[in-house]
Amino acid sequence: MRPEIHNKIDQGFDAIREEAERRRAAFRDAPVPKIHIGMATCGIASGALETRKAFEEALENSTVEAQIHAVGCCGHCYAEPVVIIDHPDSGFPPIFYHEVTPGKAKMLVKLFLEGGDPRFEHVYGATRENDLIPSVTEYSRFNQERRIVMEKCGRIDPEDIYDYIAEGGYSTLAKALKLEPDTIICEIEHSGLRGRGGAGFPAGRKWKLARSVKEQGKIVICNADEGDPGAYMDRTILESNPHQVLEGMAICAYAVGAQKALVYVRSEYPLAVKIVTNAIRQAEELGLLGKGILGSAFDLEMDVFQGSGAFVCGEETALIRSIEGYRGMPRHRPPYPVQKGLWNQPTVINNVKTLASVPPILDHGATWYRGIGTGNSPGTAIFSIVGNVVHAGLVEIPMGVSLRTLIFDICGGIPNNKKFKAVQIGGPSGGCLNEDFLDTPIDFDSLTEAGAMMGSGGMVVMDEDTCMVEVARYFLDFTQKESCGKCTFCRIGTYHLLNILERLTKGEGLEGDLELLESLSQDIKAGSLCGLGKTAPNPVLTSLKYFRDEYEAHIKEKRCPALMCRALTAFYFDLERCARGCDACATCCPVDAVFTTSNRKKGVDQELCVKCGECLVACPPEYDAVRKVSPPDLVPHIEKPPEKKQEGQ
Amino acid sequence: MNQELTEEEKETLKHVTEKLDAFEKHRGNLIPILQMVQNKLAYLPPEALKMVAQHLGILESEVYGVATFYNQFRFHPPGKHPIKVCLGTACHVRAGDIILENFERKLEISDGETTEDREFSIERVACVGCCALAPVAIIDDTVHGHMAPSKVEGLLLRIKLEEEMEQREKQKDASGNS
Repeated sequence: MRPEIHNKIDQGFDAIREEAERRRAAFRDAPVPKIHIGMATCGIASGALETRKAFEEALENSTVEAQIHAVGCCGHCYAEPVVIIDHPDSGFPPIFYHEVTPGKAKMLVKLFLEGGDPRFEHVYGATRENDLIPSVTEYSRFNQERRIVMEKCGRIDPEDIYDYIAEGGYSTLAKALKLEPDTIICEIEHSGLRGRGGAGFPAGRKWKLARSVKEQGKIVICNADEGDPGAYMDRTILESNPHQVLEGMAICAYAVGAQKALVYVRSEYPLAVKIVTNAIRQAEELGLLGKGILGSAFDLEMDVFQGSGAFVCGEETALIRSIEGYRGMPRHRPPYPVQKGLWNQPTVINNVKTLASVPPILDHGATWYRGIGTGNSPGTAIFSIVGNVVHAGLVEIPMGVSLRTLIFDICGGIPNNKKFKAVQIGGPSGGCLNEDFLDTPIDFDSLTEAGAMMGSGGMVVMDEDTCMVEVARYFLDFTQKESCGKCTFCRIGTYHLLNILERLTKGEGLEGDLELLESLSQDIKAGSLCGLGKTAPNPVLTSLKYFRDEYEAHIKEKRCPALMCRALTAFYFDLERCARGCDACATCCPVDAVFTTSNRKKGVDQELCVKCGECLVACPPEYDAVRKVSPPDLVPHIEKPPEKKQEGQ
Repeated sequence: MNQELTEEEKETLKHVTEKLDAFEKHRGNLIPILQMVQNKLAYLPPEALKMVAQHLGILESEVYGVATFYNQFRFHPPGKHPIKVCLGTACHVRAGDIILENFERKLEISDGETTEDREFSIERVACVGCCALAPVAIIDDTVHGHMAPSKVEGLLLRIKLEEEMEQREKQKDASGNS
């Protein structure tokens, strides 16, 4: 490329960067405190909107002024709504507050912003090292993470492109436009970046294949059709830092020679759709997308396509079909989408996290990236860790960290002194691993070897009260409904698997059911075209392998060892402990199944009981009289007194 | 169940017809069009599907086939207060199905249905993405975290009470003005 174009790119970008820095400096140097509020979907669900309103109202009635800065999600979902208050005049460093309710917000304005007292009892930690307040980096939830993709999440306003540029954003695109496309692909290939959508295909190789295709009209698609129940990494990234993804897409498009790009987002993520659409518009206005990007000869037209909620559309050929306006059914590969994809044009499809990894890689170099993680899986992994775990949320860790470190050190272990039982990795296509696997390093190959898979990054931690048969049934119920119906084995096989599992959870299991589950699972794996069918039996196979005794208890003893399957459990009240005249359980029972015995204690009408467990929660701890047992015939018989006539009749 | 369109819906449908012309007659526009229609009408009545088919020049069965494939599209009018119960993995582990059952029992409809007075509808959703608050239910647009079976009745009662209060206010205003 000619040097004058290089100059033009540099000049164009420098002007934008200077503007961003000027705005940043104006914000930073304004002599008022700053209140950063996490406003992504999870924050809003926890009440961030109310918190923000409370801050605004309190500030209106206050003598001090402050600036409110809406940022994205920082991944600490257990602590939402999260607020960081930067009040330099008070002498304190920026402070991280968690679970900031509207009441707390008003109090902080009054006591901290006006009075200079940070209220130590509500402080979670300071955001940097200092002598006054312990820093959050002393918690392992903070200091063991390694953020590459999510580095800027929760620090910038996702709806303001200048905020991203001020943090170094889009400088990599400007740099990339001065490089030869082959150099970029070489760098990505050398970095060892593997697709973060689940399969782990090397991104560099995919790009190289796409570049080698001679046809015109190539398309780049960002796959944000995150369908796993329990996984929300892609949504958070798009809501918190959309521009890093757009920058990665633009670099990808430049490298493979595409002029059209699409972000495929689920329509169930309305906030993400809105933020990405807005981000594209802003980038176009600044000439970072659109015609002649930064004065170069490179054009890129970018659009958003809203996916309509079909799990199978995460599969690339199904995703393409759905954009074309058909039922999202996968087709046979080859031809691969890089040869014949959307509208029969060569198409590169990458996951959100893969694309968001591209700018940091090009910025710091492939060798730097290779230095993070393991040899075969360089870089970081992002998990959404949910279920029975103390510090649930999004965690970005280097590949190779063990499951034990992740669950017990970083995420604080299992709440309520319960025992760890299993961890389910990879959503409906992944597997359940037991305690023996806690020291397995997290990377693509080790997890696959253990029978689970990286998947897109959903991780559900389960304690001793979770029944593995029921969990397998839950995932099968999901995949069975989401099966597109194209392959017979997937369509009918998953249906039968589900039937058997349902029978087991109801205590109607038969001898030979387990063998049938196994052989049917193998058939489905062998007879399905796409990843959905090939991996659908994984939850069944892994739980059968590691928790076989639990399955056997369901069949032979009609017993659910974890006391979860409702048909196999029952509640009763221990009359030795039940307090005379206490009505806590009876008033909360949604179906009026609790009756009063002749000596004013309580009994459960097993016919009416729906086993919701509400009485267990309601019973005052000093009595602790509610017992849950399996199988149900262990319940002692408690006489129900004849119905009394209503008074006055 | 095919309910008659209300007058209001007929009016909206006319509006939708006008909007259709903005879309090119291109198969790739099928899903965006269906999304637009549902956005306006809150569901896809048979009349609308027919219109879409005519506009794109494809068979009605094709449109129906695509619409039923995706979870997003609804064929029943939702209630005035749609209730969505999350049954994602985290909510499931924390007994989201019991919450769903409680709503179903209280409203005497099952998921995917609407009460006869069109006040409430129940829908199961796969993960709304606030797993740390599990189990979760969304009524109207408000997320209710850490749900419990005993909270269900209270929530429904609150909506009814709020509505009654609103009506009383309105009556007061009306009588005050007259």
